[in-house]
Amino acid sequence: MTITLQHYLVLSLVLFTIGTIGVVVRRNALIIFMSIELMLNAVNITFLAFSRWLGLADGQMIVFFVLAVAAAEAAVGLGIVIAVFRNKATVYVDDLRLLKG
Amino acid sequence: MLEFVYHYISVQTLVWLIVALPLAGAVFNGSLALITAHHGGGKDHHGHHHTPFRTLASTVGVLLPFAAFAAALLCFVTLTGFEEGAPSLITGPLSQWTAFPGLTIDIGLKVDQLSLVMALVVTGVGSLIHLYSIGYMSHDDGVVRYFAELNLFLFFMLILVLADNLVLMFVGWEGVGLCSYLLIGFWFEDPAKAKAGTKAFVVNRIGDAGFLLGLFLIYGVMAAAGADPATGYFNFETMSRYAPFFQPLATVIGLLLFVGACGKSAQIPLYVWLPDAMAGPTPVSALIHAATMVTAGVYMVVRLNFIYVLSPTALEVIAYVGAATALFAATMGLAATDIKKILAYSTVSQLGYMFLACGLGAFSAAIFHLVTHAFFKALLFMGAGSVIHALHGEQDIFKMGGLKPRLPVTCWTFLIASLALAGIVPTAGFFSKDAILWHAYSSGHVGLWLVGFVSAGLTAFYIFRLVGAVFFGSTNLPVDQWKRVVESPVSMLIPLILLGFLSAFGGLLGVPEILGGSDRLGEWLSGVVPLVGHAGGGASHAAEIILMVVATIWAANWSILGWVIYTQRRDWPERMAARFRWVYRLIVNRYFVDEIYDRLIVRPLIGVSRVFFWKTIDATAIDAIMVHGTANTVGVWARAVSLAQTGVVQQYLLYFLLGAVIVVVAVAL
Repeated sequence: MTITLQHYLVLSLVLFTIGTIGVVVRRNALIIFMSIELMLNAVNITFLAFSRWLGLADGQMIVFFVLAVAAAEAAVGLGIVIAVFRNKATVYVDDLRLLKG
Repeated sequence: MLEFVYHYISVQTLVWLIVALPLAGAVFNGSLALITAHHGGGKDHHGHHHTPFRTLASTVGVLLPFAAFAAALLCFVTLTGFEEGAPSLITGPLSQWTAFPGLTIDIGLKVDQLSLVMALVVTGVGSLIHLYSIGYMSHDDGVVRYFAELNLFLFFMLILVLADNLVLMFVGWEGVGLCSYLLIGFWFEDPAKAKAGTKAFVVNRIGDAGFLLGLFLIYGVMAAAGADPATGYFNFETMSRYAPFFQPLATVIGLLLFVGACGKSAQIPLYVWLPDAMAGPTPVSALIHAATMVTAGVYMVVRLNFIYVLSPTALEVIAYVGAATALFAATMGLAATDIKKILAYSTVSQLGYMFLACGLGAFSAAIFHLVTHAFFKALLFMGAGSVIHALHGEQDIFKMGGLKPRLPVTCWTFLIASLALAGIVPTAGFFSKDAILWHAYSSGHVGLWLVGFVSAGLTAFYIFRLVGAVFFGSTNLPVDQWKRVVESPVSMLIPLILLGFLSAFGGLLGVPEILGGSDRLGEWLSGVVPLVGHAGGGASHAAEIILMVVATIWAANWSILGWVIYTQRRDWPERMAARFRWVYRLIVNRYFVDEIYDRLIVRPLIGVSRVFFWKTIDATAIDAIMVHGTANTVGVWARAVSLAQTGVVQQYLLYFLLGAVIVVVAVAL
């Protein structure tokens, strides 16, 4: 069985869906964070699959950017999580609702 | 010497100076008052408090009115020298106030026989009262503000008198009203005095509403007559040229303007403010509420005589209102015990005489009485002020008595003024009052004449009641206090003496022909005011002499009666009052007019305002429904919408996702 474009896209869809559900459902800031990474990488897979399929390097270029941004985001995001934990002694987002109207 | 003056200054400039000099004083003293208001000075309640700039303010405040008087006198000398018969000068517009296509109003002055007489009286008597004020206000801290306001009053009064159009005159009219309000409430720390000022202002506004409506109608008439707007619809010259066009509306216009005159000149039914206006300093009462401002209504009617002669009805109304006021106020003067209130009722009564004369068409007689009244009533008020000053504020005539030896100058000048007011030969008041009564009789209005005649008797009685109670008989003061009463300073006595001369000899302006004189004032005014032809003609010289003699004896009788009762038989009035209790109660309470106005007008108005305008319109409709309603609606919606803001970021994300899915689905379909 050859692995076609559809296989990649389905994998990407599954991963993206898992990531989305994780972001919406989970309450632990770290898990939410990991879910976001999962979504980013699902998109990366899509990019790479189309890049191969079309024979163009553009997709791969964008993936590099996404990886770089994700790395930076991980640094900042973790920093925020740690700062919140120092102040509130929790990483559960249910306890962080200062913006309630 | 005149040529020397005119080498440097034109007549036009001189006329402007009459107005500008008091204004300069007002501005100067006003600035001083503002400066010192911040310094305040230490509050020393013993009266030995040093007011900064006292000397400066009084010097400037007194010299400038005298300078204005000198300017007016120069104008008079110049204009009489110009030509025979018609000394009149219009300065031309200083500037244009408004210039719309259909309405032009200039700021210009007009000096003619009438306004010159008024200007001379206003500046002459006004200067003397300014001089008198120095002594009277010598213990008052507000002297700088006092002179600022008094000078401002003089400025507005001269604008009123010298204006060459009705709108500018109205500016002066309102300006003197403002100054009257300010000066009645001069001692505004006392709520009663502040309230008296407010009352004067409000009552005058009622009259001014009539005046304004009259102005609008005049505009309508002039526009309909096709007058050129550029000449100024309200210009007296233009108006008198178009006088025939006023015929259909003359009665309405005349009466509406007379409503304004009623307010300003304290006639029935709007006289109620004047007795209360006595709350102000006494020189203010002399200047504003006796000699000048309150005669503005008379001046206005005489100035607009070309409209009034078109409407016999309006003149009839004026005559009857004047006569009724003359009698009504005289009776109220009988029972008052406050020295200034008696004089206030007397003023109302004498103004009634002036309007009676206007109503009879005897405009020059009205002006004649206005002039002599300015002399003797200013003198009476200043004499009363001198007494009040000497007794440190006592105003009840029954707490005085026997002051003649202590206050000789005040006493004798006051006596002259009282003779003039009572109309005893040969004082000024005799001639002017007699002229009015003679016009009433000879024009066939015997009823009006009788009212005037009776009022003259009452006038003589109440003024000599005052003289007897204050200056003669035994004193009601404690003996040691009586001994300590001293005559007022010279600066207060000089005006008294000068006005005493004017009150005694001012009648020479208009001695009737049968007494070998001539009506000089009447001839002087004949260019402005129609000469009254006595319709009857049947009234003979003999009748005139007889009336004159009868009037004199009548007045003399009542004078002596009042004097005797209140110097030697002081228990009689009480017994009379006890016998005619209800009459006495009616008069003492001033016919309950204030109470009736209170019940009929003031309280219903307050009630309607409270229930309808305040509670319904303001509190409910505007406040509750519109203002708070808007705020509440926004508030409720904001609260509802803010419920969506849970603070849980994941919910927002969920909504975002749902939205995105909906959009995608919608696009895909």
